Amino acid sequence: MWLNYPIFAGLFKEIFQNMSVLVNKNSKIIVQGFTGTEGTFHASQMIEYGTNVVGGVTPNKGGSTHLERPVFNTVADAVKQTGADVSIIFVPPAFAGDAIMEAAEAGIALVVCITEGIPVQDMVKVKNYLLGKTTRLIGPNCPGVITAGEAKVGIMPGFIFKSGRIGIVSKSGTLTYEAADQTVKAGLGISTAIGIGGDPIIGTTTKEAVELLMNDPETDGIIMIGEIGGGMEAEAARWIKDNNTKPVVGFIAGQTAPPGRRMGHAGAIIGGADDTAAAKMKILEECGVHVVASPADIGRTMAQVLKK
Amino acid sequence: MNLHEYQAKELLKKYNVPVQEGIAVDNVMAAEEAYRQIKNETNNSFAVIKAQIHAGGRGKGKIQGTEQRGVAVAKKLEDVTAIAKNLLGGTLVTIQTGEAGKKVSKILVAQDVYYPGPNDVKEFYLSILLDRAKGQNVIMYSTEGGMDIEEVAHNTPDKIYKEWVHPSGGLQGFQARKIAFNLGLSGDAFKSCVKFVTNLYNAYVGLDCSMLEINPLFKTSDEKIIAVDCKMNVDDNALMRHGDLANLRDVSEEDPTEVEAGQYNLNFVKLDGNVGCMVNGAGLAMATMDMIKLSGGEPANFLDVGGTANAQTVEAGFRIIMKDPNVKAILINIFGGIVRCDRVAAGVIEAFNKLGNITIPIIVRLQGTNAVEAKKLIDESGLKVQSAILLSEAAALVKKAVA
Repeated sequence: MWLNYPIFAGLFKEIFQNMSVLVNKNSKIIVQGFTGTEGTFHASQMIEYGTNVVGGVTPNKGGSTHLERPVFNTVADAVKQTGADVSIIFVPPAFAGDAIMEAAEAGIALVVCITEGIPVQDMVKVKNYLLGKTTRLIGPNCPGVITAGEAKVGIMPGFIFKSGRIGIVSKSGTLTYEAADQTVKAGLGISTAIGIGGDPIIGTTTKEAVELLMNDPETDGIIMIGEIGGGMEAEAARWIKDNNTKPVVGFIAGQTAPPGRRMGHAGAIIGGADDTAAAKMKILEECGVHVVASPADIGRTMAQVLKK
Repeated sequence: MNLHEYQAKELLKKYNVPVQEGIAVDNVMAAEEAYRQIKNETNNSFAVIKAQIHAGGRGKGKIQGTEQRGVAVAKKLEDVTAIAKNLLGGTLVTIQTGEAGKKVSKILVAQDVYYPGPNDVKEFYLSILLDRAKGQNVIMYSTEGGMDIEEVAHNTPDKIYKEWVHPSGGLQGFQARKIAFNLGLSGDAFKSCVKFVTNLYNAYVGLDCSMLEINPLFKTSDEKIIAVDCKMNVDDNALMRHGDLANLRDVSEEDPTEVEAGQYNLNFVKLDGNVGCMVNGAGLAMATMDMIKLSGGEPANFLDVGGTANAQTVEAGFRIIMKDPNVKAILINIFGGIVRCDRVAAGVIEAFNKLGNITIPIIVRLQGTNAVEAKKLIDESGLKVQSAILLSEAAALVKKAVA
């Protein structure tokens, strides 16, 4: 029967079950680095939020139980036993690249890597490894993904993300929380927030994340938060110009950042003229994005734009 | 992490990358001794003395209050003595250092590479860096060596070549040959260049560099290819697997306040403004700086207290910001996700009590996890702190403080 063909099955799932972006309440999530301090703390928070955490992976601790869920030695074991399709990684930086590749090899559809401080040459390898595979990587060095009221696959404080119809794409953690909070205070809510991460090489680009939200029937408007360094915001802006079906409010952090200095995030550095906040804000504006200069105006502007 | 030229060259030699030979010294007598040795080995009485600082433009830069250039040719021992005396302990001002300049505490006494021979010498440019958009390392090179490469890129972009390296296959022989051909090399110089580029790429990957620049890449009159200068930047995230490299860090090249902040795991960048800020998260920290500017102030710093902020780190952050006499107000902006606002509040209160007389306005904006408890802590502390909940309220308070 046609549902047995993966492409039709995928389509079926896309249309009838998976209305939200990336994760939802049916997602089966495993935690890599499950038994570590970070893994334990955030897995507990995720479970408390109602996320469907089905188990975790810690090499050499397979067979034990943690947070009332099974621990596996490998991602492949976890997938086999639980049918997991999403993984979140809390593995230390030296081993995180390896953890991403293990998840991809095991057929995990969505890998969210929270780890900060992965050597960039490791990510060069990882990015190449993922080419041609169906696995989508979010991060690293990111707060994760949350679909409000359904699943939190990340480290964000869940209570801020009140359910609604605004999607957020952001390179920054706390700035995402800020944007979500303002959105809620402006009388709106969040559909899905995607923290794509602040490293020079990340799995899912600004453009790809915006595209996901643009195609999401549960999202009416998009908040896009970028920062100095790299060309991802410009790429996203050009795509938005040609595919704009929903209003996009944009903010670029680092208008006052000096050139040549790394501002916290490994990728946040002005190396050339295109890296500056001013240059990015200009391109965004030219492409029809509603750009706000002050981070305090994000939520309010989204509310105004939606009323038009 | 930036390395000095002499450190980078030592590392390159381990990867069999030929370099302009030299000896790094920190006093005049050692400079003279180094000169004698190099003169002996090269059979050439010319040598080059190069100031070792973490900034480019040394050749055109001058030691403050003198006409001494940062890179100078010595024709005899007396020249070495004079140049070394001028450079060591002096402050070198180049186009990259800003007016304040950088103190010279080491010089490199190096061989003269312009020695006569059967052929002309040539200067090229070559660097390896990460192409973020492609997620690959790229070798950038040009026949126009020894000059400002950004200028070359701007004026004659066709003279800049790029060779992307496949992440799994690595640099291939045909690519190295293409580079040597494009640089117009043949014969021994061609072979030498192929080897040079191959070994240099191995060094770049092996040392986890985020940038490796050879300018000039030099062809000697006897057809050797050598690195005359080298700018090397190592990925900080990779230092954990290069214990030996971490020892090469020269903290005297860094802002002392930034070094101190690093000891508390605080991410701090000193700026020139009048409003200090302490924020959790790099993006929100940058956004807070921008908001300060839009409110009529100028940010005095970037400071990310990170996800593990507690009373101790917050107090350290406070002390570090207060060291800057230009700071007229401080904005603490914490959105509690991982970090709990009540912990931050406890840190603020503790720092306040320890530091005693704080006369400048302090604005604290705490929002997120345990924000209510935090506000209660601050309000009941009896401290003169202006509190805000919304970012727009904090902005208004900054505006008032700098008016």
